[in-house]
Amino acid sequence: MYETHYHRATSVEDAAKNMNAAEDGKFLAGGMTLIPTMKQRLASPSNLIDLRHIPGLKGITITGRTVRIGAVTTHSDVSTHAELAKLCPAITFLAGHIGDPHVRNMGTIGGSVANNDPAADYPTALLALDATVVTSQRSLPASEFFVGLFETALEPDEIVTAIEFTAPDKAAYKKFPNPASLYAVAGVFVAKSGNDVRVAVTGAGENGVFRADELEAALTKNFNAAALDDVTVSADGLMSDMHASADYRANLVKVMAKRAVAEIAG
Amino acid sequence: MGVEGIGARVLRKEDKRFLTGKGRYTDDMVVPGMKHAAFVRSPHAHAKITGINTDAARKMPGVIGVLTGRELKADGIGNLICGWMVHSKDGTPMKMGAWSPLATDVVRYVGDAVAIVVADSKGEARDAAEAVDIAYEELPVLVNATAALQQGAPQLHPEAPGNLIFDWDIGDEKATAEAFAKAAHVTRLDIDNNRLVPNAMEPRAALGLYDEAEDHYTCWTTSQNPHVARLVMSAFYNVAPENKLRVIAPDVGGGFGSKIFIYPEEIVCLWASKKTGVPVKWVADRSESFLCDAHGRDHATHAEIAFDKDHRILGLKVETIANLGAYMSLFSSSVPTYLYATLLSGQYDIPAIHANVKTVYTNTAPVDAYRGAGRPEASYVLERIMETAARELKLSPAELRRRNFIRSFPHQTPVIMAYDAGDFDATLDASMKAADYAGFEQRRTEAAGRGKLRGIGMSCYIEACGIAPSAAVGSLGAGVGLWESAEVRVNAVGTVEILTGSHSHGQGHETTFAQLAAERFGVPLDSISIVHGDTDKVQMGMGTYGSRSGAVGMSAVVKAMDKVEAKAKKIAAHLLEADEADIEIKNGDVRVAGTDKSLPWFQVALSAYTAHNLPSGMEPGLKETAFYDPTNFTFPAGCYICEVEIDPDTGATQIVQFVAADDFGKIINPMIVEGQVHGGLAQGIGQALLEGTHYDETGQLLTASYMDYTMPRALDLPSFKVMTTETPCPSNPLGIKGCGEAGAIGSPPAVMNAITDAIHNNNLTMPATPQKVWAAIQAAK
Repeated sequence: MYETHYHRATSVEDAAKNMNAAEDGKFLAGGMTLIPTMKQRLASPSNLIDLRHIPGLKGITITGRTVRIGAVTTHSDVSTHAELAKLCPAITFLAGHIGDPHVRNMGTIGGSVANNDPAADYPTALLALDATVVTSQRSLPASEFFVGLFETALEPDEIVTAIEFTAPDKAAYKKFPNPASLYAVAGVFVAKSGNDVRVAVTGAGENGVFRADELEAALTKNFNAAALDDVTVSADGLMSDMHASADYRANLVKVMAKRAVAEIAG
Repeated sequence: MGVEGIGARVLRKEDKRFLTGKGRYTDDMVVPGMKHAAFVRSPHAHAKITGINTDAARKMPGVIGVLTGRELKADGIGNLICGWMVHSKDGTPMKMGAWSPLATDVVRYVGDAVAIVVADSKGEARDAAEAVDIAYEELPVLVNATAALQQGAPQLHPEAPGNLIFDWDIGDEKATAEAFAKAAHVTRLDIDNNRLVPNAMEPRAALGLYDEAEDHYTCWTTSQNPHVARLVMSAFYNVAPENKLRVIAPDVGGGFGSKIFIYPEEIVCLWASKKTGVPVKWVADRSESFLCDAHGRDHATHAEIAFDKDHRILGLKVETIANLGAYMSLFSSSVPTYLYATLLSGQYDIPAIHANVKTVYTNTAPVDAYRGAGRPEASYVLERIMETAARELKLSPAELRRRNFIRSFPHQTPVIMAYDAGDFDATLDASMKAADYAGFEQRRTEAAGRGKLRGIGMSCYIEACGIAPSAAVGSLGAGVGLWESAEVRVNAVGTVEILTGSHSHGQGHETTFAQLAAERFGVPLDSISIVHGDTDKVQMGMGTYGSRSGAVGMSAVVKAMDKVEAKAKKIAAHLLEADEADIEIKNGDVRVAGTDKSLPWFQVALSAYTAHNLPSGMEPGLKETAFYDPTNFTFPAGCYICEVEIDPDTGATQIVQFVAADDFGKIINPMIVEGQVHGGLAQGIGQALLEGTHYDETGQLLTASYMDYTMPRALDLPSFKVMTTETPCPSNPLGIKGCGEAGAIGSPPAVMNAITDAIHNNNLTMPATPQKVWAAIQAAK
């Protein structure tokens, strides 16, 4: 790791101020991507601005069916939240299957969505749940927040403060993990509220998380796993690497989607 | 058997310090004035070095010295060598390319060391290492062994034309051809054995200390064999004469073969300590371990097996290309030859075998012994082709094997080995019973009802352990003898210290070696200490690899204990005024058999040291040394049965049952043996299902971290059913065969036989990742 300066921010304003003052600053949350990258000397931020101790950024509040998860809430805290598990078990399940216990004890929801790793789990949930990303400057829908590979709509000094969503009637997340990294080779989040069906896919897209239109269309007509049998998931635009070809990923997207639907329908 | 003696399931004495984080590893060693090293490594797989400029690096904060290969050469430090001579079939010696500890002219793999930086802190050393300016002129790259042999392939070493190190064969080519001419059935198979990264939990490390006043070096290092390290560093690398070099291998966190070899880093740290005047410590980070630890396996093989009309094997033909990487590591030549092809007869009576092995250079990390070393590759070839043949012949895999088992011993195979003992039916029967082999088809049907593909696969392995006797390995080209030594010291109060040339890096020697003395002298385990891993404390020894500590190391202890016992009996007979022949040692007493005349053990020991009343002419003291050279290899063997369920939609394989029945001969501590088998199985299953090493065409290692290289996790493994049968080994006094490598040898073919059975497609390579299994299922449709 290269030499860096560490600052524990006391407020979002303090964090933004420090970021603007830094030559090449980085916000630090759980650090589950940033710290290993720095240890490998692949990143050398001049300043690390730690957001984890800012009051009000941590914790889960549930009001009726509205859920607000503070940005520095760990995956472990989400996965073990009893009230949330009753309201939206798909998201606690998802959080409980990110990485391993060490990662879940450190990694945060804000860090995950701000990093927008194309194989991260949370972006699917946000997209499928039509969640709102609340930042230090504005609120914007997940569909506008996620831009591309490791790319979001965030401005350099903008900080994710919370994720908000309305719990769907039903939802499920299924992922096929990379056996080494445990990131998704294909992860599919299916959410159903009334007749509205949203399907989001991670791990597979060349451009990161995306909504699977053809799957949504089929499921809107007939919400049943068998309804996907005749749908072809195209390998076009899917990633191909040493772990999985685009064809294999296309297959997995369909298989995971069917399993998610089966869980909801069953 | 006493409660702590041979056969007792006692808990490991060493575990308290390991489990409480109190182990003392090389990185825990701190000496006054110690500084830290970082190596400058090649980012290119193959390039000419056209210039090295260290000026900027020298000016970096905290830097004490920046040293390069030219200075190393000027000081007379020698090139690394391969210590096992193998001759090609035309009689020419192997073509060993020069391997300088720090490259001077050409780099040949990503990670090749070019310079060392010594600085006040590890961070400063790394910062300065990045400031070393090396100009490279890139050369064409080879990563694939078969491609390396093609006409016009880039040339890696001037010493090895066509990148061919040797073209070796074993067995009788003519007799094998004749056997095939008579065959009623021939099964043919192309078989790849995937390259593995060792991944010991503790990365390699070295701390070099040069004492100018004494002109003496000390090296703490992660070694499985500190005496061999001292010998090789003295005799070949000219670091220092043996009496001026102390090598200490303290607690070592796993080796699996990768810590047998002497690597550039320990040599360079010792030399750098003299050059800079400070003790120099280097600890590999995980990325360096991936890039620079000697890898394992990497064979491409074509095999053919011939049967007569009664399904008896007539002959076996094997053609293997083995990738040895960029340089010949210390024992690299022996692994794909004498540790591989000599085991191709397996558990079967095969009248004629011929194997040809070509070893080649590529721009990849050097390849050498890794848990099993050659024997897993042999078992994989033979047990995959046997299972394939059984399917072709429509015979039960168990029946085909049984029809060909060797049943009379000793048995001379056509490929050097003379098996001394075994009962292959016993392990096959035991594992089939434990696996409920007969009930499999019912389980397959039940699984199909759940949408799962269930398969079963078997593997009957044999291996050669001990890696001895010395004269035999010498005749095959080994540069060292492969005996072992022990010293047994009985202290004046009766406590015992055993100094062994074996080295424990996870095997539990502090417990099992102590059990031998507990059994023999009736001394409690707490009163017995095992001393190992320090060339200043322990007499010359050969170290631990090839499952040899039990068969060879313990035998040396037994020999030394025989001498101690004889002397103790003489002393007791003298004190008790009895005949020496009537003296026995029982329950901690030395007594006259059949009488109540006895002396406590400690009193006999004390008498040896007070020397007030010893038999006339006897020297005081109770301490004996022995060197033991066995009469043969040992031959552990067993039968493994793996049962899998595959999700046809994703290709994911779950091992639902794994049975291992092993014949390890005599067992000292069943709990430790089970642990060894569990670990070996995890590694073998890791190879079969998870561990894939990928270099891209430019020679970059793509699987260079745990993000991409899959180590087996607990969830990937079933709860193993392990059991043992016993035919004592006649070649050593305890009857031990060795158990360290068996799991890694026997399991890969069992897993692959099970998967290919489940998916009805035999065309599948390791690791059988979900993607590959899914694709094989699609292809079979």
